[in-house]
Amino acid sequence: MAKQHSEVADIDRSLYDFRYGEEGFERLDAGLTPEIVREISAKKDEPEWLLEFRLKSLEIYKSMQAPDWGPSIAGLDMDNIVTYVKPNTDQKNDWESLPDDVKNTFDRLGIPQAERAYLAGVGAQYDSELVYHNMQDTASKMGIVYSGIEEALHDPKWEPLIHEKFMTLIPPTDHKFAALHGAVWSGGSFVYVPKDTKLDFPLQSYFRLNAKGAGQFEHTLIIVEDGADLHFIEGCSAPKYNVANLHAGAVELFVGKNAHLRYSTIENWSKNMYNLNTKRSVCDEGGSIEWVSGSFGSHVGYLYPMSILSGRKSTCTFTGITFAGQGQDLDTGCKVVLAAPETSAAIETKSISKGGGVSTFRSSVVATEKAENSAASVSCQSLMLDADSRSDTIPAMDIRCKNVDVGHEATIGRISDDTVFYLMSRGISEEEARTMVVNGFADPVSKELPLEYAVEMNNLIKLEMEGAIG
Amino acid sequence: MASQTSTGELLRVSGLAASVDEKQILHGVDLSVGRGETHVLMGPNGAGKSTLGHVIMGDPTYNVTQGAITFDGQDVTALSPDKRSHAGMFLSFQAPVEIPGVPLSSFLRAAAANREGINLKGKQFRKHTQELCEELDFDPAYLDRELGVGFSGGEKKKLEMLQLLLLKPKLAILDETDSGLDVDALSVVSRGIDAYRRTCDGTLLIITHNTRILERLDVDRVHVMVKGRMVHEGPASLIEKIDTEGFEQFEQAAAAAQA
Repeated sequence: MAKQHSEVADIDRSLYDFRYGEEGFERLDAGLTPEIVREISAKKDEPEWLLEFRLKSLEIYKSMQAPDWGPSIAGLDMDNIVTYVKPNTDQKNDWESLPDDVKNTFDRLGIPQAERAYLAGVGAQYDSELVYHNMQDTASKMGIVYSGIEEALHDPKWEPLIHEKFMTLIPPTDHKFAALHGAVWSGGSFVYVPKDTKLDFPLQSYFRLNAKGAGQFEHTLIIVEDGADLHFIEGCSAPKYNVANLHAGAVELFVGKNAHLRYSTIENWSKNMYNLNTKRSVCDEGGSIEWVSGSFGSHVGYLYPMSILSGRKSTCTFTGITFAGQGQDLDTGCKVVLAAPETSAAIETKSISKGGGVSTFRSSVVATEKAENSAASVSCQSLMLDADSRSDTIPAMDIRCKNVDVGHEATIGRISDDTVFYLMSRGISEEEARTMVVNGFADPVSKELPLEYAVEMNNLIKLEMEGAIG
Repeated sequence: MASQTSTGELLRVSGLAASVDEKQILHGVDLSVGRGETHVLMGPNGAGKSTLGHVIMGDPTYNVTQGAITFDGQDVTALSPDKRSHAGMFLSFQAPVEIPGVPLSSFLRAAAANREGINLKGKQFRKHTQELCEELDFDPAYLDRELGVGFSGGEKKKLEMLQLLLLKPKLAILDETDSGLDVDALSVVSRGIDAYRRTCDGTLLIITHNTRILERLDVDRVHVMVKGRMVHEGPASLIEKIDTEGFEQFEQAAAAAQA
């Protein structure tokens, strides 16, 4: 059967699932000890406070229990995870200078092409280190800083600011994997957008984990000053291995007065990945954060981007989609804290489960005593594609203030037989009919994504739907 | 074309029995529709008329337990609905579906793909569908809207007519296309049917219990169904008779025959 009538081009599964060797790479021993943490820190020639921070985080990590409320992480044995793998290159600002395997990886993922087409700046991380970072002159002339966070740490101009903000939104005591991140973090980006500066094109970071049995722990720190505006895009993928890989990154976003930040993610880790990622933002008065989040990959995922609305009239929107296929248990959602008067949050999520996949939507809305005249709406729609799959919605609300308007609605459904028959009666194959319905279901999210990512998301759905009929 | 080798018969349903959830709905139905003809299938509510339309199109809700459906010289009894569509069959739905997030234009494109005689090239396809919209008094702005979402009953029926004219099937089964329509919309549906007959020499099986839409049509044959069985067949004049006398006589005859 011809399939060309779909609006998106076919992709090759090998687009994400290819790997290279690690010739010339530095790989530390697996496991977690103070020695390993010291070694990571020494390689990076870090300030003393950071080494102390790492060692303190390791102690916290050792003292905390893994979460007992979500998907099982029993398959993740930290003694077998290599926390640091340095690719055989330093950071470059032109693709041609990179070793062939690294360059080919990003070529195949389309990153240099996207940079030429629509991005103001790109960072690319391979395993534990950033290998590429570049930003257009126009952006740097505006005073915007977009660099590797470690590079910025070595700059006396930025080190104090990073020291001030680093892991304050996500303290190592927050949960066990935040502590792990604090101990072994490596790579990631630092973005600083000065007051009243608006960047018309997005910045993008892409994270690729190539090494088998390794962890990736990048730290992204973004500061958008008062009145400024930024769109940041994050992409990630990995080839599939038969051993566990771990991603425990951290994203900390500081949004100033009347500033605006849009943070878009398409996560497409391979299905041996434990994605235990933490993302958090804080908004000043009149500031707004917009999250767009697509979770497709990973074996197990815990992901709840959090927005703390600490300034009057600050706002947050969260648009997310999660697709859990065979062998996937994805626990996703978001958290909002309404911590000032007249704040508002709008959360709209979609989840799709198929082939025995488990998708759980977990949300938390907290309105503090200061949240007078604030409002939050939470909507979660789930689509189950077969009887083997599972979908749950777990909303939590903690309202400590009068005059707060909080609403929640959730629906769980299946693709109706009538719909499939209708489409088939018009000559559309069953597989295409179901893909069409799923794509339609995902549409409110895909239309929020940059075009290239929307196409990628449609392709991912299409890939997931192939062979869904049986 | 198969038509040159086969007889004038386009659709033959023979001894068709079908059930849903163990409940038998069709009890050995026979029906023959000739090429280029217009047939009307009438009967009281619950007679199984819609079921017959759906079973002919291959709705998997129903289990065919006996009998066969032959279309254009080919046994289609075991074919999936999409294959039947590509063979030239079409069913317009009493209650067309709504699919959020799917633009009507994308859906039409997917439906028209891989069919002979339809130019799918971007602009020409768009122009063609816009012309069909105008012919049916259907606002072309709807092409950019989500399929069926927020459409009125009349707009949904117009959309069915639009697809009929776009796909140009050899056989169109119109299931209660006239139900719940106001006079204006009804005239659009009639116009659609006229255009279909005019432009592609179409064959029609119109399922209805309302005779108004039939006033402007040249009907070749009328079939009456009661309780899952064909109980009567006659010329167009039968419509007028049913209009004045209703189905009671057929129901009584059916009851007597079964007793």
